[in-house]
Amino acid sequence: MVEQILPLSVQGVSVKKRGKTIISELDLELSKDGLTIIMGPNGAGKTTLLRLLHGLEQPRTGKLDWNTNLKTARLNQAFVFQTPIMLRRSALENIIYPLTLKGASKSEAMREAEKWINIINLEQSAHLNAKLLSGGEKQKLALARALATKPQLLLLDEPTSNLDGRATKEIEALLNQTRKSGTRIVMTTHDIGQAKRLADEVIFLYHGKIHEKQEAISFFKKPSTKEATAFLKGDIVE
Amino acid sequence: MSDIVNGMLGAFRLIFSLDADLFEIILLSLQVTISAVIIASFIGMPMGAWLAVNRFKFRRLTIAILNALMGLPPVVVGLIVYIFLSRSGPLGVLNLLFTPTAMIIAQVIIITPLIASISHQAIRDLWADYHDLLISLNATKSQRIFTLIKDSRRSLLTASLAGFGRAIGEVGAIMIVGGNIDHLTRVLTTAIALETGKGEFAFALALGFILIALAIIVNLAIHSISKTERASTW
Ligand SMILES: Nc1ncnc2c1ncn2[C@@H]1O[C@H](COP(=O)(O)OP(=O)(O)OP(=O)(O)O)[C@@H](O)[C@H]1O
Ligand SMILES: [Mg+2]
Repeated sequence: MVEQILPLSVQGVSVKKRGKTIISELDLELSKDGLTIIMGPNGAGKTTLLRLLHGLEQPRTGKLDWNTNLKTARLNQAFVFQTPIMLRRSALENIIYPLTLKGASKSEAMREAEKWINIINLEQSAHLNAKLLSGGEKQKLALARALATKPQLLLLDEPTSNLDGRATKEIEALLNQTRKSGTRIVMTTHDIGQAKRLADEVIFLYHGKIHEKQEAISFFKKPSTKEATAFLKGDIVE
Repeated sequence: MSDIVNGMLGAFRLIFSLDADLFEIILLSLQVTISAVIIASFIGMPMGAWLAVNRFKFRRLTIAILNALMGLPPVVVGLIVYIFLSRSGPLGVLNLLFTPTAMIIAQVIIITPLIASISHQAIRDLWADYHDLLISLNATKSQRIFTLIKDSRRSLLTASLAGFGRAIGEVGAIMIVGGNIDHLTRVLTTAIALETGKGEFAFALALGFILIALAIIVNLAIHSISKTERASTW
């Protein structure tokens, strides 16, 4: 059995880019279970925070304390980018690739990939170059590619932006299943309805700081800061 | 104008005469150039990939030098290789001067920077695209390079073809290190130079057309191979 990489404790972390502070002095405890949604206006630092958790951004100050060593932590998490990055290979090969990187045999990886192609209903396009897939299909493929590696922690950056209702529903269903199977999920979204449907916990990020972190039900019932209140109202008006 | 037409007719006549000497020359041209392209690709492509993926202190300078080396004058390369391989030179004991091997060495030096530079550009673009994903998937450095080379193979083929084009038409360097010796190191370009010098313009021109035809045929052949591959996966 692989060691549990969570809980994670983030302590006093700042991220600066070109002299600009994007995340400032951030503390965060990430528990072992559930689905956390990070919300906040454009430029609040949501993407940067996710990338920081995944090791794609380096903290200027502070530290991330995983329950395991860093290497184990890295190997047991997966990231789904806002704009899916597809390998210039077939849909099937896109899922096979990370598995073989992890040392799976060709046939093992193939079996697993075919299973996931079925789950996301992409059998018809399994051998099509991934670049030719529609936006929604790419998102599903990117999610399946991440899930096939059986991560303990799954990070998603606006996984359903630009998707229509049906594709959004499919991805949300997949995320719900993933959560049930015990994978910890942290994601961002601008879709308040989606946050209400999915979140166990909400983090409200504003100017690179966590303004609120609380259970989803209470957050949506009565946010405790005026920024969050305004944000929720503003978005509903739009 | 009639010279050119005569040259073309001469080329056909030459080919259909199935002249053994001519085929020897054509074969050696292909042998030397293709060997050089293969060797230069094995050096240049990983070099290009390595430059694309790594950040180091003199990276920009290295790339600038590489690009400058693309314009290396073949005659100078030939001269330097000659000095190295000549009897009194540092590699004189190898006895390689005036052999096809010497010609291959010179051509490898001439086209490696070209192949490395074109590969670098192609792989750099793909790396910009793949960067976050490959880091996210914890790909090791060699896995990254391997993946980038594999997935930009069609652009890399173009790099090889550019190298082929430069090498097959090259005369200065191989003339110096090969010596244009009949039945040993004579290739199409050196034969053309020789015939032109003798005033045999029609013959030279006929050889010239064969050279051009050869370059086109190789390009087309490789193109159609890559096309059938694209049909299946692209
Ligand atoms: N490489 C960079 N150099 C300078 N500033 C950057 C860089 N990358 C991001 N930023 C800035 O950091 C801030 C936070 O960016 P981030 O992408 O994390 O925001 P976000 O909350 O995800 O926004 P959105 O909702 O629009 O996706 C923005 O103001 C952005 O302009
Ligand atoms: Mg973002």
